[in-house]
Amino acid sequence: MSTTIVISIIMTILIAATPILLASLGELVVEKSGVLNLGVEGMMLCGAVCGFGATVATGSLLAGFLAAMAAGVATAMIFAFLTLTLSANQVATGLALTIFGVGVSSLIGKPFVGRTVGRLEPLLPAALSDHPVLRVVFGYDILVYGAIALTAATAWFLTSTRPGLILRAVGESDSSAHAIGYPVIAIRAAAVAFGGAMAGLAGAYFSLALTPMWADRLTAGRGWIALALVVFASWKPGRLLLGAWLFGAVATFELQAKAMGATWLAPEFLAMLPYLATVVVLTLISMRRAGAEGSAPACLGKPFATA
Amino acid sequence: MLRLEPRREPSAVMRALSPALAVLLTLIAGFIAFTLMGYNGALAIEQIALAPLLDPVRWPDLLIKAAPLILIATGLSIGFRANVWNIGAEGQYILGAIFATGAALATWEMSGRWILPLMLVAGAAGGAAWAAIPAFLRVRWKVSEILVSLMLTYVSIQLLYYLVRGPWKDPQGFNFPQTRMFSDSQTLPAIIEGSLVHLGVPIAIAVAIIAWILMSRSLFGYSVRLVGMAPQAARHAGFSENRTIWATLLISGALAGFAGALEAAGPFGQLVPQFPANYGFTAIIVAFLGRLDPLGVIAGALLLAVTYVGGELAQTSAGLPQAAAGVFQAMLLFFLLAVDVLARYRIRVGGPAHARAGA
Repeated sequence: MSTTIVISIIMTILIAATPILLASLGELVVEKSGVLNLGVEGMMLCGAVCGFGATVATGSLLAGFLAAMAAGVATAMIFAFLTLTLSANQVATGLALTIFGVGVSSLIGKPFVGRTVGRLEPLLPAALSDHPVLRVVFGYDILVYGAIALTAATAWFLTSTRPGLILRAVGESDSSAHAIGYPVIAIRAAAVAFGGAMAGLAGAYFSLALTPMWADRLTAGRGWIALALVVFASWKPGRLLLGAWLFGAVATFELQAKAMGATWLAPEFLAMLPYLATVVVLTLISMRRAGAEGSAPACLGKPFATA
Repeated sequence: MLRLEPRREPSAVMRALSPALAVLLTLIAGFIAFTLMGYNGALAIEQIALAPLLDPVRWPDLLIKAAPLILIATGLSIGFRANVWNIGAEGQYILGAIFATGAALATWEMSGRWILPLMLVAGAAGGAAWAAIPAFLRVRWKVSEILVSLMLTYVSIQLLYYLVRGPWKDPQGFNFPQTRMFSDSQTLPAIIEGSLVHLGVPIAIAVAIIAWILMSRSLFGYSVRLVGMAPQAARHAGFSENRTIWATLLISGALAGFAGALEAAGPFGQLVPQFPANYGFTAIIVAFLGRLDPLGVIAGALLLAVTYVGGELAQTSAGLPQAAAGVFQAMLLFFLLAVDVLARYRIRVGGPAHARAGA
């Protein structure tokens, strides 16, 4: 294989990994606080369509990404109100959020179908980002770098800062955290809002960077894969990076095989690969953990009531 | 200050009333949302929620749309009771249709009364087999059945595409991606002469009634509810959690597969790429709307069928996109989850919250 192909494969992997990494980072923080939000796919779709719409309206990509994060937070707040304030079932509410996001995004996005916008360009000047070899390091848009930096920042936040410690305490033992005097519900709501912002951003990465257009169900289940990635990573941000790249590799293999016109495997089977790989990877990680109780936050998915 | 005070026992009255309240709130919120989006809100709501009920011509359509929802949601409601979250019913529904079609293609040019039952049994087996994958992984290695069953839905859609574009493509179909049309022995008979209401409708209602008896009157139903409500107590009583996971996933998978077989052998009469109609996801809403009770599911399915049919009507009359019905359905679930708080809590105005909590 020539260097050019290797470079382009590496680049495709990193780019494909980016939205999944963003969304799963958000969900990791949410789950660390003891909340399971299954609505990632729905929040991503709302972010994708609102981001695209804002960019169409203003011509600004920055406005698009900001709108996407706002849309993610707004939808996440529906979830927070239902599960945290009214202590509704988190699984059911998360599912409702996904169904809602699929519908709403399709409804809002109707006028945008078929339109295009200028996509997110590489961050650095062309001398570096178009360089035949150096582009493997310098040829990405800001969010590819941003997602990796955010992974490090999240790891640092959770392990080495006081608010991070409190967040984890809330996820491990909500009643103890409450007894010490921490506002459990408010902390969880903040985590859910962060998860929404990240999911929205991840969605907009689809509609403004990967394929600068809007189509119904654009994210094609990637939000669910992000959820799986959190389990795969055993709730550790560093391992999310590994998982996201692994997923990026599977997606890249699918693209490459299609591009080279592989006839030994029908395109439909190639399209199954990301989902099958997710099941296999989840199984492998669970096999390794079998016996031990796993590393999920102790209060994950359980409603908190003060009385 | 409003404040929530837990009830000692969930209020049965509120539990029964909250779906009605949720419907009312959804109508109001839907009216506001559609108006804000520039549609004729009143017309849209009238078309989605009322028109199908007022026009007898639409009633058969309601029953046809409700049948698969009843079957799938009945299965899901049993699993949800045990905290087994099969959210991949859409995939099991598709597998059911694939297995039934396989049986139909294998019995091509044969005739007889045994063919249709064979297709339906094959469909149920296909759905159960697809659900057995998350069941096995959950029981053996504690892999989340939520994620596995959902991932397999995406896999099943691709499998369907592969079959109708490849090996199962109708040789006389002008290269369209679809299978042969099923023969008369392979198609569900209509129960009312000249209407489209097929045998699947009474079957679905019968299945829900059987499931209701099973859940409320049998040891199995008791064990499922106990595993869901008090896993520890269930263990002490000797009910195996693993057996419950297997049973609930296989039952819900089989019912979803059965629904897929009925839909393939009924309204579709062949397998096409447009087969997946989101019934598997809508059934989740139906299950909650029906209070996870098979009889409630019948009512919930009819209600959601109204939004399906009404959504189609609103497309032509109010210019609403197809997705509007989906938004409407999701709002219904949101409101239901929200008003359910009234069953579990009393709303008190003012008063010392912490004084009582500390006592």
